[in-house]
Amino acid sequence: MNNSVGNTGRVLWAGLRALLVLTLVCGVLYPLAVTGIAQLTFPGRANGSEIADASGKVVGSELIGQTYTLPLKDGEETPAPDLRWFQPRPSNGLGTNSVNTQYSIVLSGATNRSGDNEDLIRWVKDAKAAVVEDNSTPGHAVKPSDVPADAVTSSGSGLDPHISPEYAKLQVHRVAARNGLDVAAVEKLVADHTDGRILGFVGEPRVNVLRLNVALRDMIGRQ
Amino acid sequence: MSPVLAGVLQLLALVAALGLSYRPLGDHMARVYSSERHLRPERWIYRAIGANPSVEMRWPAYLRGVLAFSAVSLLFLYLLQRVQGALPGSLGFVSIDPDQAFNTAASFVANTNWQSYYGEQAMGHVVQTGGLAVQNFVSAAVGMAVAVALVRGFARSRTGELGNFWADLVRGVVRILLPMAVIGALVLVACGAIQNFSGIHEVGQFGGGTQQWNGGAVASQEVIKELGTNGGGYFNANSAHPFENPNGLSNLFEIYLILVIPFALTRTFGRMVGSLRQGYAILGTMAVIWIGFTALMMWTEFAGRGPAFELAGGAMEGKETRFGIAGSSLFSVATTLTSTGAVNSFHSSYTGFGGGITLLGMQLGEIAPGGVGSGLYGMLVMAVIAVFIAGLMVGRTPEYLGKKIGTREIKFAACYILVTPALVLCFTAASFVLDTPAHSMTNSGAHGFSEILYAFTSGANNNGSAFAGLNADTQWFNSTIGIAMLLGRFLPMVFVLALAGSLAEQTPVPETAGTLRTEKPLFTGLLVGTIMIIAGLTYFPALALGPLAEGLAA
Repeated sequence: MNNSVGNTGRVLWAGLRALLVLTLVCGVLYPLAVTGIAQLTFPGRANGSEIADASGKVVGSELIGQTYTLPLKDGEETPAPDLRWFQPRPSNGLGTNSVNTQYSIVLSGATNRSGDNEDLIRWVKDAKAAVVEDNSTPGHAVKPSDVPADAVTSSGSGLDPHISPEYAKLQVHRVAARNGLDVAAVEKLVADHTDGRILGFVGEPRVNVLRLNVALRDMIGRQ
Repeated sequence: MSPVLAGVLQLLALVAALGLSYRPLGDHMARVYSSERHLRPERWIYRAIGANPSVEMRWPAYLRGVLAFSAVSLLFLYLLQRVQGALPGSLGFVSIDPDQAFNTAASFVANTNWQSYYGEQAMGHVVQTGGLAVQNFVSAAVGMAVAVALVRGFARSRTGELGNFWADLVRGVVRILLPMAVIGALVLVACGAIQNFSGIHEVGQFGGGTQQWNGGAVASQEVIKELGTNGGGYFNANSAHPFENPNGLSNLFEIYLILVIPFALTRTFGRMVGSLRQGYAILGTMAVIWIGFTALMMWTEFAGRGPAFELAGGAMEGKETRFGIAGSSLFSVATTLTSTGAVNSFHSSYTGFGGGITLLGMQLGEIAPGGVGSGLYGMLVMAVIAVFIAGLMVGRTPEYLGKKIGTREIKFAACYILVTPALVLCFTAASFVLDTPAHSMTNSGAHGFSEILYAFTSGANNNGSAFAGLNADTQWFNSTIGIAMLLGRFLPMVFVLALAGSLAEQTPVPETAGTLRTEKPLFTGLLVGTIMIIAGLTYFPALALGPLAEGLAA
């Protein structure tokens, strides 16, 4: 113990060398190897599952939710939804970057509001009223009790690409009316784009909003 | 199929998958840590380190290795963030401020992965891949090394030698974590997780225009974040982000990755102490708590009590459609009963009781099954306490695995269980006495209290998840949570290694008719009870002020 300073120094030096060599293994070789294999085997998925419309133009990532809104009008804080398209879940927790502001990266996130939080109660109330109003068409009234939970709550990432099949079905009459389409045709479109649980029990039934809207635009174009 | 039934089937599938990997992985790890052979790449690494991997260490030397390696890691990661702005490959992101850089370095070195930064807008490729992800591997390997040292303390006699830290560290990375990570990362990519090194790029949108996206080595970091029970997300939304956790299958796979090593380590323990049944008793304890907590969580989340949830028709706030309530509940229990802290749904928006279950899971000390390594040594310390309590009841000197639990041993065990409650409760209390910390809360009332209690519970127990309404990027929280994470990680390790050294020096006592049979279900029951009483009594007053008050009001 009489040379404990030298001893400590030796152990720290060994620790530093261990860290550097393990950084080389786990921080350089490993990610490069995985990236190499991933880019060879699943290039589409490794690069963000981007999808293109019929004309070949990239319209976004299959995995990332988008908003379908009208251009922002004067005096509005948030743009109004474009009701011709199927609408996604609310995303009140989504932010924009506050550091490195040379970019405008979408900042994923949740609202983190609790069940008794006044803001959340108001958001849910407002969202429910809006869903009822927007989706009621002449001859088809939507009741508040028809509105599923996902239609009025924000997801964890704020980027949820899916809605529940119930919320998609609820929007059918409105989408058909706004686009001058047959209700049955839009219903079929939703059914065709509804994914069940993987293997029958993993995850939840869902509808990918971007894929559905791309197919809807195709349908409108064909008319 | 109802969502509840689908949830139960997913739980059963998870149990089956974990059961299938239990034997091969547990036995593999026992061989890894018992083998005399050094693989060729390992020899190169030892040469680079300048350490002889065959030299046996007593506990002070082993501890010096742990602390030296971690101290160097802390400094390296801190400096890497501080110079990020000047590094190539950082996407032009600026350097991180000192308090946040300290917090983040402490967080990743302590296997916590508390994040007061927003991943996608603060950390470039170099820091993420070359700094943070590396700590995901090595901090996990350090945890496993300490657990194995304690197991050797039980298994060995009259020596005091606990193995070689450098060998345990390197083997944990090379023979256990790396191979599993490579396979797991490719599974995640196949599901849709991204894996590239592109910079900030524009992606066309449906309605015209573009959005800016950050590329990254996400799958390779995601897999070790779960496998090493680390939990630090590449993106702010963590495993709720579709690029980290693209579908229901990847979700179930990530939960599996979180749990697989901690559960299998009980088999490794049984192998190394020469009685598989001792391992099963520990496994049984962990499994009972895990399944019990999962059932409670599904019950409260499906019930969805709380004004906003009842108005909405379900507790879907902060949860993703593709996972639903069942997939989110499974994940949140797994992540808080281990030291992971990754989230696929936001705990702050769980029901009052649901939030309480995540809190209590961490407060049990994260031992069911716990973090990689830390779960096993935490549970073995609780077993020592349980044996001691049983000994007091019948008036016999307590023994565990043929080792006497004397004054010295019980002191180390008692110190171990006092560290985290002391950190959690003192820092929480201080935050409310002081003026400014409470300004960080998003919610008010009982839930606001829970936000701060959660922050220190998560930090001191090395979890890393959050009631993320709390704005934790302040000097107070960056520094105090940073300190809580470091002390909550390394002080217990000191006591564990001291305990291991003390056990390894003993002469084993022969088993007699009066010996407590610690491989029987009765002991599993005693152990579950001990854990619940110790954690329950320590944290009950604090839980009553936060989640219990919120849950009962709903």
